[in-house]
Amino acid sequence: MSKITTLQGRAVPVVGDDIDTDRIIPARYLKEITFTRMGDYPFYDERFSHDGSKKDHPFNRTEYQGASILLSNVNFGCGSSREHAPQSLVRWGIRAVIAESFAEIFAGNCVMLGTPALVASKDDVARLQEIATERPGAIFTVDLTAMEVRVENFVAPVTMPASRRNALLEGTWDSTALLLANSLLVKAKAQVLPHPSGRMV
Amino acid sequence: MAKRTLYNKIWDTHSVAVLPTGQTQLFIGLHLVHEVTSPQAFDMLRERGLKVAYPDRTFATMDHIVPTKSQKRPFTDDQAELMMQAIERNTKDFGVNFFDFATGRQGVVHIIGPELGLTQPGMTIACGDSHTATHGAFGSLAFGIGTSQVRDVLATQCLCMDPMKVRRIEVNGRLKPGVTPKDVSLFLINRLGVKGGIGFAYEYAGDVFNDMTMEGRMTVCNMAIEGGARVGYCNPDQTTFDYLKGKEHAPKAGDWEKAIASWKAVASDADAEYDEVIRFDAHDIEPMVTWGVTPGQSVAVNDILPDPEDILDKGEKETVLLAYKHMKLKPKQHTTSIQIDVAFIGSCTNGRISDLRAAAAVVKGHKVSPHVQAFVVPGSMMVRKAAMEEGLDKIFEEAGFEWRGAGCSMCLAMNPDQLKGDQISASSSNRNFIGRQGSPTGRTLLMSPAMVAAAAVAGHVVDVRTFTQGA
Repeated sequence: MSKITTLQGRAVPVVGDDIDTDRIIPARYLKEITFTRMGDYPFYDERFSHDGSKKDHPFNRTEYQGASILLSNVNFGCGSSREHAPQSLVRWGIRAVIAESFAEIFAGNCVMLGTPALVASKDDVARLQEIATERPGAIFTVDLTAMEVRVENFVAPVTMPASRRNALLEGTWDSTALLLANSLLVKAKAQVLPHPSGRMV
Repeated sequence: MAKRTLYNKIWDTHSVAVLPTGQTQLFIGLHLVHEVTSPQAFDMLRERGLKVAYPDRTFATMDHIVPTKSQKRPFTDDQAELMMQAIERNTKDFGVNFFDFATGRQGVVHIIGPELGLTQPGMTIACGDSHTATHGAFGSLAFGIGTSQVRDVLATQCLCMDPMKVRRIEVNGRLKPGVTPKDVSLFLINRLGVKGGIGFAYEYAGDVFNDMTMEGRMTVCNMAIEGGARVGYCNPDQTTFDYLKGKEHAPKAGDWEKAIASWKAVASDADAEYDEVIRFDAHDIEPMVTWGVTPGQSVAVNDILPDPEDILDKGEKETVLLAYKHMKLKPKQHTTSIQIDVAFIGSCTNGRISDLRAAAAVVKGHKVSPHVQAFVVPGSMMVRKAAMEEGLDKIFEEAGFEWRGAGCSMCLAMNPDQLKGDQISASSSNRNFIGRQGSPTGRTLLMSPAMVAAAAVAGHVVDVRTFTQGA
């Protein structure tokens, strides 16, 4: 699994508070039993009209095609636990999300996919969004070692839970192997905890 | 050792190890699985040559995608049929318990866990669904997870977790007549905000929760996530034990006393230390209605809608303006002036027998307004059966409601139950997000089942307490 330390790319601003997972990916696309095509669907109903014609949305604008850093505001990804939401963003090309705050399940899902979900201050997010709006070609650097985002001569400190940052830096964000390594301890634990059959120990 | 919360105690007993990342490896006592967020996880197990580690702690059902009108197989929607076949194959291949239609125990995953007695105090419970906090009503630590985490639990019965802070929310005094657990839930989300709970587990306490039924507690814990809290719980008490006694999977005679002792011990200590304590007065809570596009955008039914000019925070103001635009409503409008097209009673929030009883009591002897499509979707096959034994189906049908099969239905509309165009629904579900009920321009008003029932008859939002036919 790859270690994630520094990412570089253009940024796409999706401005707004409380952008929920139903807006990120409408439930009808959850009917697919694989994640393969999720990259076609992010913000679908905000990007396309009923007749399939394109609406004005940052994900549709020419200047943001190929962008890899998503900039949003408060409580991004609230609502459902659907991993389809970060899957759709990642498969569209997003490698890092920066926001004022994140819904917890969404942020956790991002890290499970090796995608940092980073928190920056309100003013700094506004400045980053302004740069990405005024100069869509600006190259942003997300640095997980220094925990900062750099663009032009602007530097914004960012935060994320230390353990999640460690998982990305050490390349252990796909956690199954870590957990399997303790299977004997797990077995012992299972024997002393109540069981959903009602069997007490 | 005193001074610990229920959260601390369950966390400690279920901690397996500290991982190199600094996260805790947490054992999951009960893993609930449904058809939508699991097929990719089972495929990942296949790719990696892994088995389900503890199939005896893993229980699956199907709820999100099932049609509620006709549940005959094959389903008419090919995608739904394919998804059904996937969960059937996956549960069979991996030896996972599966509650399908044939068992008579199918239903919304958060309804069947408690009604089968699988959900018990002191457990950790995970499910690939954000409303898993419902099970916290029993004094368990229950939370939603994504599909990659479903994979982790299937493969290892564990998750990588960081501890949360605990905020005790006390509501003291007695609720006024006509005020329901759903109103308590919407009130708390309104006051604490949709992001207020990020990083917290919510402990619901005080007179109101002590007096509340288990089904009411489930409604409030269910919507913890709408306030940003991934976990919500109530401390287990006699109400909890009485509910569980005799349930199919609950501890039996020889184990029952032992279970009660361990359940009592898991409750927060009287002198437990909390990261935060917030108190509310039950008397301040009225029947609530959401008018916007987040569950926090709500008002008491007799209040007028807020004026965006009064909102100082720029981001919050923009969300309010977006809500007005989407909802096609006006600032300072009275909620009772909002006409509805659809009335939906059901969901993991309010699809239990007590919810159906409350709604039936309101509609009995009345007729659904001619311009309203109204339907009732029991949360499970067992709820449906119990309701029919009481004759609730007849009351609903005589009033003009459709009586459906169990499922998630129009709560998230990934089945045929969907709003059309900009229809507006009175809904007993949990989310009023844009597009949530199946139409990108559809509109949702969240309220209690009794309030939905009253709105169905009146044809517009109405205070259930003053409701009379034609009101």
